[in-house]
Amino acid sequence: MVQSKKEKRADRILTFLFILLALFCVVPILYILAASFSDEIRLTKEGYSLLPRGFSLEAYKYIFESPKAIISAYGVTIFVTLFGTAVSLLVTTMLAYVIARKDFKVGRVFAFMIFFSMLFNGGLVPTYIMLTKYYNLKDTIWSLMLPYIIMPWHVFLMKGFLADIPTSLIEAAKIDGAGEVKTFFKIIVPISKPALATVGLFIAFTYWNDWYQSMLYIDSPNINSLQFYLYRIMNNIQYLSTSMQAGNISIDLASLPSETARMALCILAAGPMLVIFPFFQKYFVKGLTVGAVKG
Amino acid sequence: MKGAKKIKKRKAMNWGLMALAVPGLFFLIAYYYVPLFGLVIPFKKMDVAKGIFGSDWCGLDNFKFFFQSPDVWTVTRNTIGLNALFITMTLILSVVVALGLFELSKRKVKVFQTCLFVPYFISWVVGSYVIYALLSPDMGVIPNLMEKFNMTPPNFYSEPKYWPFILTTSYFWKHVGYNALIFYATLMGMDISQHEAAAIDGATKIQRIRFICLPHLMPTIVLMALLMIGKIFYADFGMFWFLPRNSGVLYPVTDVIDTYVFRMLRVMGNIGMSSAVGLYQSVVGFILVLVTNLIVKKRNEDYALF
Repeated sequence: MVQSKKEKRADRILTFLFILLALFCVVPILYILAASFSDEIRLTKEGYSLLPRGFSLEAYKYIFESPKAIISAYGVTIFVTLFGTAVSLLVTTMLAYVIARKDFKVGRVFAFMIFFSMLFNGGLVPTYIMLTKYYNLKDTIWSLMLPYIIMPWHVFLMKGFLADIPTSLIEAAKIDGAGEVKTFFKIIVPISKPALATVGLFIAFTYWNDWYQSMLYIDSPNINSLQFYLYRIMNNIQYLSTSMQAGNISIDLASLPSETARMALCILAAGPMLVIFPFFQKYFVKGLTVGAVKG
Repeated sequence: MKGAKKIKKRKAMNWGLMALAVPGLFFLIAYYYVPLFGLVIPFKKMDVAKGIFGSDWCGLDNFKFFFQSPDVWTVTRNTIGLNALFITMTLILSVVVALGLFELSKRKVKVFQTCLFVPYFISWVVGSYVIYALLSPDMGVIPNLMEKFNMTPPNFYSEPKYWPFILTTSYFWKHVGYNALIFYATLMGMDISQHEAAAIDGATKIQRIRFICLPHLMPTIVLMALLMIGKIFYADFGMFWFLPRNSGVLYPVTDVIDTYVFRMLRVMGNIGMSSAVGLYQSVVGFILVLVTNLIVKKRNEDYALF
């Protein structure tokens, strides 16, 4: 297409505006990255900057010097994320497929039940009492996993994908004598890989970044997830040093790289998700049509 | 004849599909429906040892407590006011961003989309450190910058007046990628021939946006607005809990229903009162959705949520 001069200029201005917006989104995080590689004393004196204040790996060294705390936090987060995502994705997809099937009348009732739970629910206290008092999940790793197995929004997101599957495909499988369950696993699942990738990523992201369930249900320091660990040291520098060097009395608090170590932990906590998500991006545009909530 | 009967019978109750739905329904009921029994908690003098149903009734005492305190007004105002601010700002700007993306080439879109999505994949815990790096009184980027220009930087963490702006910007920062992409995806589903016809007729870009793109986006905009208004009584807990770093001075502006309930429950351990506030939130929030949906339905049947 031939572009007029005016259009070219408009395109350049638009691109420039988007560069500004992109910087607005990304740059604040770069400050954290730079700080994690900074020298502690120079950072506290001179403040945050886009380039590290005197390049130093002290913060990371400090964290991995006594790696028990960080390894256990990674362990909890990775376990909950992998296992939780697998179960949640399976259960979510099955339920979404059922409500996406227009020939299944009861499916409408289910869809309404899911929809209604988005609009009205018991809220924090009743849920808390149920999980702690009746389900006995307090201070267990399951309290981090089970609450997110079914998330209404993800079910509808998935339903949006699955509703596009041509009915003829399902009917063909039926004629071949396959039952519903077999049809689902042998035909629906293999052709829905983009959908599984998108929703799976959002589920994994929910698990990886979660601190809320930990805040509610976890008291024991052994089940610190990454995000929760980060939260615990937010207002409490001592928590960082005590959790790392338990027993070591002669700690000079001033010499600890506390500020940079926190920033390094931020990078360690947020990094993996930021590295992974661009690979899933190409599926997003197809997946994020929201019409599926209705009807 | 026999075969036809069989198919008819299967239509009556499809057990295969039922089996697929059961695990999901189980979790849905266990996590969203069973706790509804707990809605009686605010009317009880809750004794954890006796359980929900064993505890004694106490009438409306828990509600009296909350509704007589000045907090009820503050947290309600903050929740609704700030959410309304977030919803309008984010919706309008996301639509603008999506329209902009639509005009750019596919290659550029890919790059910008990635950048805009970065904050979305960061938790508010990490986000609070990011904001802290920008605003902290001695080391923050913005105070340092202000000093360079001979201005006296305020201590952001002790001045409530800046926080509606800080929170709105942070909310936009985190959600613009996701929301813009939803609108962009809708635009991508548009019939391109309309645009071509309009271009031949000599319609300008602005005219095309006004008369083709926006009408096409309208159902999605209304749907998103409805879903967000449905949550207007629920604050983004993480943002309000982490960003102000629990600075008590900021409570008048940053304390919302969710943080209030959480503090009541987990810090003060006051089950009765926190559950009363929670019920207030659930019920008023639900009424707000019904009313908004009714208003939308009156104006245009197709746009309504249900």
